Amino acid sequence: MSNYFYILWIPLLPLITFVVLGLFGRKYLSGIAGLLGTASLLTSTILSFVAAKQYFFIDGKVNGVFQKIEAFKYTWLEFSPNVSIDLGMIIDPISVMMLVVVTSVSLMVHVFSLGYMKGEERFATYYAFLSLFTFSMLGLILSSNIFQVYMFWELVGVSSFLLISYYFNKPSAVAASKKAFIVTRFADLGFLIGILILGFYGGTLDIGELIARFTSVNSAQYISITGASFLGASMLTWGLTLLFMGGAGKSAMFPLHIWLPDAMEGPTPVSALIHAATMVVAGVYLVARMFPVFSMDEAALNIVTYVGAASALFAAVIACTQTDIKRVLAYSTMSQIGYMMFALGISKNGGENGLGYMASMFHLFTHAFFKSLLFLGAGSVIHMVHSNEMKDMGGLRKLMPITHIAFLIACLAIAGIPPFAGFFSKEEILTAAFHENKIIYGIALFTAALTSFYMFRLYFNIFWSKETPATNHAHIEHGHDNHDAHNNHGEGPWVMKLPLIILAACAVGVGFVPFSQLVTSDGKALETHIDVMFSIAPVALSVLAILLAANFYKNQNDKSDKVASAFGGLYTAAYKKFYVDEVYLFITKKIIFPFIGQPIAWADRNIVDGFMLLLAKTTAKISELIKGFQSGKVQNYAIYFFGGVAVLSILIIYIWK
Amino acid sequence: MQEIPLTQLLFVSTFLFFIGMYGLFTRRNLITMLMSIELMLNSVNINFVAFNKYLFPNNLDGLFFTLFIITIAAAEAAVAIAIIINLYRSHNSIDVEDATEMKY
Repeated sequence: MSNYFYILWIPLLPLITFVVLGLFGRKYLSGIAGLLGTASLLTSTILSFVAAKQYFFIDGKVNGVFQKIEAFKYTWLEFSPNVSIDLGMIIDPISVMMLVVVTSVSLMVHVFSLGYMKGEERFATYYAFLSLFTFSMLGLILSSNIFQVYMFWELVGVSSFLLISYYFNKPSAVAASKKAFIVTRFADLGFLIGILILGFYGGTLDIGELIARFTSVNSAQYISITGASFLGASMLTWGLTLLFMGGAGKSAMFPLHIWLPDAMEGPTPVSALIHAATMVVAGVYLVARMFPVFSMDEAALNIVTYVGAASALFAAVIACTQTDIKRVLAYSTMSQIGYMMFALGISKNGGENGLGYMASMFHLFTHAFFKSLLFLGAGSVIHMVHSNEMKDMGGLRKLMPITHIAFLIACLAIAGIPPFAGFFSKEEILTAAFHENKIIYGIALFTAALTSFYMFRLYFNIFWSKETPATNHAHIEHGHDNHDAHNNHGEGPWVMKLPLIILAACAVGVGFVPFSQLVTSDGKALETHIDVMFSIAPVALSVLAILLAANFYKNQNDKSDKVASAFGGLYTAAYKKFYVDEVYLFITKKIIFPFIGQPIAWADRNIVDGFMLLLAKTTAKISELIKGFQSGKVQNYAIYFFGGVAVLSILIIYIWK
Repeated sequence: MQEIPLTQLLFVSTFLFFIGMYGLFTRRNLITMLMSIELMLNSVNINFVAFNKYLFPNNLDGLFFTLFIITIAAAEAAVAIAIIINLYRSHNSIDVEDATEMKY
């Protein structure tokens, strides 16, 4: 087994960048902060590719099976000889795959931001936060200990909080960042309890050990965790469900998704990085990481499946009605993550039945590229028209040819049109669903059609719809508010075009990666093939949906409004995001605040604080009484001294004889 | 020659001790207070010597104690006078009433 120690540098470089830029960036390095961040990440990216090449093609495979390699291990907190929190780095197919995804998407975002964020006052801070985020995500991926996962998980939460609230003078951004933080934090509570349950029964926090213990049916740990039950479900189900709750929070699964659309308040490249390609897949990655354990428990897997499928459908319906382009993309992300989740849920561990697992990881891989491309494309558009609303756009295809082509490619990819990347991964998911669960297959198929519809609704609304000159006019009107220097830029500088071109190439190309040979649930290669007969239905549905979208939105007409009014209540409900936010507000404001929060606050103020205040006041009063003794006069002290001696003498002589 | 009874010696030493104590409490001049403390020390010395002579004539423990106390009293007087001189330098007075900063 060769040495993978250099992997350590992949997360460490962004960390160093974060520290340097965070401490000295604004004062000394504001000019070169972007280049510095990008250069350090470029090194990380190259190292990731080197690691991927070494692992996948040189020495990761032993007898046709990909091995788990622990590149580095350090016992950090030892509670007892058996239970310790270690810091380690694990290398296996999914972690290497994620390394490549995270570093390359992050690199693209870094490069894109050089143009997009140019002239921002807190430019260096922005790059510091980006580096922190990349570091946390890379750490999360490589963690070999579930507690270590949890730490990086929280770091990811913090850095996303910082990035969403980057425009901290915008109240909506502040509210969005708080919402994201609180909602994911609430989910993380479940994650923590899940970790504690698994750790308690498993007797270890090491992921490899946990998997080994819980997957052998005869081990003492497995017998004890399945034997214990709470509210009618075994502790294994509870532990895994709570673990999944944490994952669902980060991955914006229904009903913990409410933070994701609001998180679009952050700068658009950040949305591309966090809310499309990396952070939100952390939940999928967590389930995949613990998948052998999940596969031992039918109930937990069913929860994963149905939550995933429900989110996929739910988000796709909402995405059809939104008018803010970043919100459409956010809901589409949620929908695609739902795809990955249910693909994991229907999968079995190992062999042919592990298709769902492989498909889920494949979709994660391809989705990262085309979704970040979509976001960066949207970023270019927003950079140009200075608005997120569809009604301010239209007819941009002549003004932004490169963005137009890139966006079209990404839309085709997400719609699952061959030969673009999304087609391959989506086919695998649909095939797996078809074999395992017909209801899920139906939902998936319908969602796929909806996906094509709303993506092309977006595409036509941005790039066609109106006439070009009108947009040009709007552009000039809008142009003078902040980015004065870049007004006549067309699509922005080359640093903004280059990532689009590279990612567009990826969105076309990554579907041809022989993924099933590389990343599978048990490390063995899986034979897959695209069944042409099977592909007809989803592709035909997608094409129909695209034609429908073209009919509605390619030219300005009122067909879409008619259909919207025909759906009536459903349309309004979807437009209002099915009132989930309102339900949350109702629960928090009307139930939790008055009935739980306020009594607790009262108790805190009056009982807990009251007791402490009483102590303090009593002490103060007593000291007020006796401070006269400290007169500063030596002779008084002498009198006390002799008085004390006299009293003691009397005591000793006459009382304690 | 008739021996002086122990009680009389103890009476003298008690008398000296309370004179010293009275001086310590009433005088405001630090030098006088120091002298009062010396008086108290000497009364203790008398006690030691007297008890040694009357109760344990064959031992010398009390005498040794007395010698030690005299030595230490000399050292203590030196330290005390050094403190007093410093106090005088900073306060221009050696009256204890003028040095009452160290209170609450």
